[in-house]
Amino acid sequence: MAPRLCGLCDNARAILKRPKTGQQICKDCFFYVFETEVHNTITQAGLFHPGDRVAIGASGGKDSTVLAYVMKTLNDRYNYGLELYLLSIDEGITGYRDDSLETVKRNQQQYDMPLKILSYDELYGWTMDRIVSQIGKKNNCTFCGVFRRQALDRGASMLHVDHIVTGHNADDIAETVLMNIMRGDIARLGRCTLICTQGEDTIKRSKPFKYAYEKEIVMYAYFKKLDYFSTECIYSPDAYRGHARVFLKDLEASRPSAIIDIIHSGEAFELKDEVKVTQKAQQTCKRCGYMSSNELCKACTLLEGLERGMANAGVTDRGRKKLEAEGPAPENLRTIPMFQLPNPNNGPSTTISLEASA
Amino acid sequence: MSLTIKIEFGGGLELLFSNQKSHKIEVPSKIPARERSESERAVDLQYLIFWLRDNLLKERVELFIENGTVRPGILVLVNDTDWELEGEGEYQLKDGDEIVFISTLHGG
Ligand SMILES: [Zn+2]
Ligand SMILES: [Zn+2]
Repeated sequence: MAPRLCGLCDNARAILKRPKTGQQICKDCFFYVFETEVHNTITQAGLFHPGDRVAIGASGGKDSTVLAYVMKTLNDRYNYGLELYLLSIDEGITGYRDDSLETVKRNQQQYDMPLKILSYDELYGWTMDRIVSQIGKKNNCTFCGVFRRQALDRGASMLHVDHIVTGHNADDIAETVLMNIMRGDIARLGRCTLICTQGEDTIKRSKPFKYAYEKEIVMYAYFKKLDYFSTECIYSPDAYRGHARVFLKDLEASRPSAIIDIIHSGEAFELKDEVKVTQKAQQTCKRCGYMSSNELCKACTLLEGLERGMANAGVTDRGRKKLEAEGPAPENLRTIPMFQLPNPNNGPSTTISLEASA
Repeated sequence: MSLTIKIEFGGGLELLFSNQKSHKIEVPSKIPARERSESERAVDLQYLIFWLRDNLLKERVELFIENGTVRPGILVLVNDTDWELEGEGEYQLKDGDEIVFISTLHGG
């Protein structure tokens, strides 16, 4: 069989069939179209402005590793004028996060980007290992999800960064669309396809890989020989998401455009105003100052439950009532430091504690 | 007659194969006929996938094979080319081929 030629340059041997288009392309053209499509996503959504300080949420996994590499490449190639940082959260999971953080530290060297690691332990006084030893493996993902979200915002604040980019790809977003439909969560369905989310006083979050297929991200990492870490979290992966993922991969196998089609379906849903009204107004947590839809933010509620030995308090309404019935929080309760929204203009004048380059 | 094939696992798939990423294996160059009416045929990628299951896989076969092929979400490369360009399971193996399997299903 004669080697197939690239459908773009008609010159080099094709090495990849693009899932989005079915096109057969060579290695150099693949790098170029992949990067250019991300650049187009960024410019069409107007994600950045010159001088912006942007943190890349870095887990050491494939998506964020490729994102860091591509962000650096595009920032140099198109003169975005961004100051890029790597921001990693250490959940305190022995044998999982400690290994993946080693990968992030290598990325810090390879991409020459400052790195900040913020741990659950320093922020909340609890590692995931210790949380799991207290509450078991049932609700641990709830704790981890709430704690990670807030830790990322706090890490960004410490870096004086008001914009976090994450490695969520097209497959992840399609999967979330499916899950929100299956759960009937219409409010989230409308939000989950947005490339950039920002409330009034929250830190901006964007997904430059919104239209990038997982297959291409992994192929890109493979052909560029990027250094990433791949192991499932040792504490029970999210089973519901797992089913949605397998279902999506089956759909993709029979029709590769399914992923983009589902994202477009999600985008086409529009929320009626009366639905929007039922969403709670945002306020700030009276204990830690973080954005919250209740008096206490979710992380403070979860932490109080942990500290008072009633871990369910933050998970169910019944648990919450039981905690309240036990009386007010004790004076010496461990709390999360006060949160302050970042002021990007403060950046250069204040010192930021970063990981030392090894 | 046998073929020497280099196998690479990545993206977490190596965990199913003794946590070892690189393997050098020997497979027969012809698949013997199972019935009298069948003739022997050249060994292909489809055969290799089942050979790996029977000879190299250590755990959780359902994470590697589904419906007679690799599970959706596993990428396969033949000498650094997407197997979708090489006829997928029908690709006939040659001595010295390098086959890479990468899982995309592990966290990002
Ligand atoms: Zn080309
Ligand atoms: Zn709070």
